[in-house]
Amino acid sequence: MADETLSLKKAFSGHGGFGVDETIMAAMVTKWRKQPDQKSRFRSDFSGFFTKIGSIEKCEDDYLLRLKTEFSRFKNIMVLWLMHPWERDARWMHHVMHKSYPFTVIVEIACTRTSEELLGAKRAYQALFNHSVEEDVAYHIKESYSKLLVGLVSSFRYEGPQVDNDMAKWEAKALGNVIKSSGSGKLIQNEEVIRILTTRSKRHLKATFKHYKELHGKPIEEDLGANLCLQETVKCIDKPAKYFSEAINIAFKEGADKPSKLSLTRVIISRADVDMEEIKETYHKQFGVKLEDMITKNTHGHYKDTLLTLIGK
Amino acid sequence: MATLRVPPAVPSPQEDCEQLHKAFEGWGTNEKLIISVLAHRNAAQRKAIRDAYQATYGKDLLESLLHETHGDFEKIVLLWTLEPSERDALLANEAATKWHPANRVLIEIACARSSQDLFTVRCAYHKQYKRSLEEDVAAHTKADFRKLLLPLVSAYRYEGEEVNMHLAKSEAKLLHDKISDKAYSDEEVIRVLTTRSKPQLIATFNQYNNEFGNPINKDLKSDPKDDYLAALRAVVRLICCPEKYFEKVIRLSLNKIGTDETALTRIVATRAEVDLKLIKEVYQSRNSVPLENAVKHDTHRHYEDMLLALLGSDQN
Repeated sequence: MADETLSLKKAFSGHGGFGVDETIMAAMVTKWRKQPDQKSRFRSDFSGFFTKIGSIEKCEDDYLLRLKTEFSRFKNIMVLWLMHPWERDARWMHHVMHKSYPFTVIVEIACTRTSEELLGAKRAYQALFNHSVEEDVAYHIKESYSKLLVGLVSSFRYEGPQVDNDMAKWEAKALGNVIKSSGSGKLIQNEEVIRILTTRSKRHLKATFKHYKELHGKPIEEDLGANLCLQETVKCIDKPAKYFSEAINIAFKEGADKPSKLSLTRVIISRADVDMEEIKETYHKQFGVKLEDMITKNTHGHYKDTLLTLIGK
Repeated sequence: MATLRVPPAVPSPQEDCEQLHKAFEGWGTNEKLIISVLAHRNAAQRKAIRDAYQATYGKDLLESLLHETHGDFEKIVLLWTLEPSERDALLANEAATKWHPANRVLIEIACARSSQDLFTVRCAYHKQYKRSLEEDVAAHTKADFRKLLLPLVSAYRYEGEEVNMHLAKSEAKLLHDKISDKAYSDEEVIRVLTTRSKPQLIATFNQYNNEFGNPINKDLKSDPKDDYLAALRAVVRLICCPEKYFEKVIRLSLNKIGTDETALTRIVATRAEVDLKLIKEVYQSRNSVPLENAVKHDTHRHYEDMLLALLGSDQN
C-alpha cells in the first residue's frame, strides 16, 4: 500500500521533474475502484497537493497550476511535433516578445536555422501575427542587444562554399581591435561587430573565429566578456551542437525555471531530424552522462517516452 | 500601369530566338529586329527565349547581345533582357560596390519592390555574387548611410493591409520629435522607416501631415545639400508614391546637358512592366509634354527606339 501511494505521488509530482505518469495514474483508477477510503488516505498523505480549510478538503491552487503545466507537456510536445517547423519557430519567437521568454530563443532560431528555414519562419510569423518579426523585435525589445537581435533576424546569409579567406583574416583582426578598445558593455552595440556577425555567411564566420584564435591565442568567446547575447550568437554559429547540449543541461539543473525547462522540449523537437546524434555525443562528452539516461531519470510518462523516441533511443 | 506591349499572338520562343540569331548574323546587327522581339516580350517570355537560345546555339543570349550591340543601346538591351531579380541584383551590386552618398539606387530597390520581390533579389544576389547583398552593403557603406541602408535592404516587411492608427499617431509624433531635434539617424527613426509595413508607414506619414501641418518631407529639407536627408526623403517618397519619385529622376536625367542615360535606362527598364504608365502620366502633368517627346528630343537612334518601344510608343 505504501508503495502504491508513493508511486502515485510520484506520478502526480510533475513539478519535481518533467511530466506526469499517465500509465500509473490510469492503473490506480482500476486498483482503487470503489475504494473511497484509499483515496481519502491518499489525500491526507499528500500535503503538497491537498489541504484543508477547516474540515473541507481542497486542492492547493499552486499545485493545480503546476500540474496543468505538467499534464500539458505531453500535449505540447505532440502538437509541436506535428506542427510545421516554420510555425513552431514563429510561435517560439513570438513568445519572446509577448510571454517574456528569454531573448536567447531568438538568437537560437536566427542563427541555427538555414537561411531558407529562417525565411519560412518569418513568413509564418507574418501570416500568424500580422506583423513582421523584425518590426516586433525592434519595437518590443529595447535593450542594449536589440540592434544585434534585429540584425540577426533580418539576415539572409549566403550558404555556398565560397569564403574570402583574406577578408576573414582581416575581420578577425578588426574584431580583435574593437574588443581591445571597447568597454565590454559597449561591445554589443559596436557597428563593426554587428555588421560582421549579422551579415557574413556562417562558413565565413567560422573561418573568422578560427583566425581569431590563431591571432590571439584564445577563442573569441573568452574575450566577449559577460555579454550573453554575443556569446550565444558566436556559439550558435560556430558550435551549435555545444549550444544545444548546454541548453538541455540547464533544463535539468536543480531549480531550473519554466522557460529553461521548456527548452528541453524545444531543443529536442527542433533538432530531432537535424543534428541530434551530434548533440548526444557532445552532451556525453561535456557532461559525462548519456542524454538518454538524464531523460529517463528526470522525466515521466508519455512525455518521457516521446523524448526518448525523438532522440533516437 | 505597365507600358510594355506584347502582341496578341506571340511567336514561340524557338521562333523568337531564331529571329534574334538572324539579327546577329552577317555584317552589322539588325537592331530594329532585336527591338521588335525583345521590347515586346514580358519577363517570362524573355526567359523562355534565353533558354531556347542557349539550347539551340549553345551560348547565352546575353553574350551575343554584348558582342553585337554597343553604347547606350547595348546597356538598355542587356538590362532589359535580364530577369527582374537578376537585374536588380546587378544594379544593387554596382550601387553597393561603387557606393557614394548621392547614390540612391539601393534605396530604389529596397523600397520600390514588394517584400517577396526584394527577397528574390537577395536570392539572385547569392547566386550571382556568392555573397549576400547585406554583406556588400554593410562592407561598402559608412556611418549614417550604413545605419539606414543595411536594414533597408534586409527588410522583409509585412505585406498585409492592416493599419494600427494608434501606432501611426504615436510613431508620427516620434518622428516629428526626432526631426525637430535634428536626430535624423536616431535608432527609432531608422526602426520605423525600415521595419514597418508600407500601409502602416503611409498612415504614419498622413498622421504626421495632419498633426503637424507639414508633409514629413518638407521637414526633412532643412539642408537641401545634405545627401543623408535626401536619402531619407527618397525612402518616404518611394514608399508613398514611387511614380512621383521616378518621374523626378527621369526629369532630372533629361534636363542635364547631355542626358544621364544611366538613370533613364535604369528606370525605363525596371518600371516598364510595373508602373511606367503612371510615371508617364505624372511626367505629362508636371512638364506639360509627353515623356516620349522629351525622349525623342534628347536621345538618338537605336537607344531612342528601344526607349520608345518600352514606353509603349513605337509602331510595332
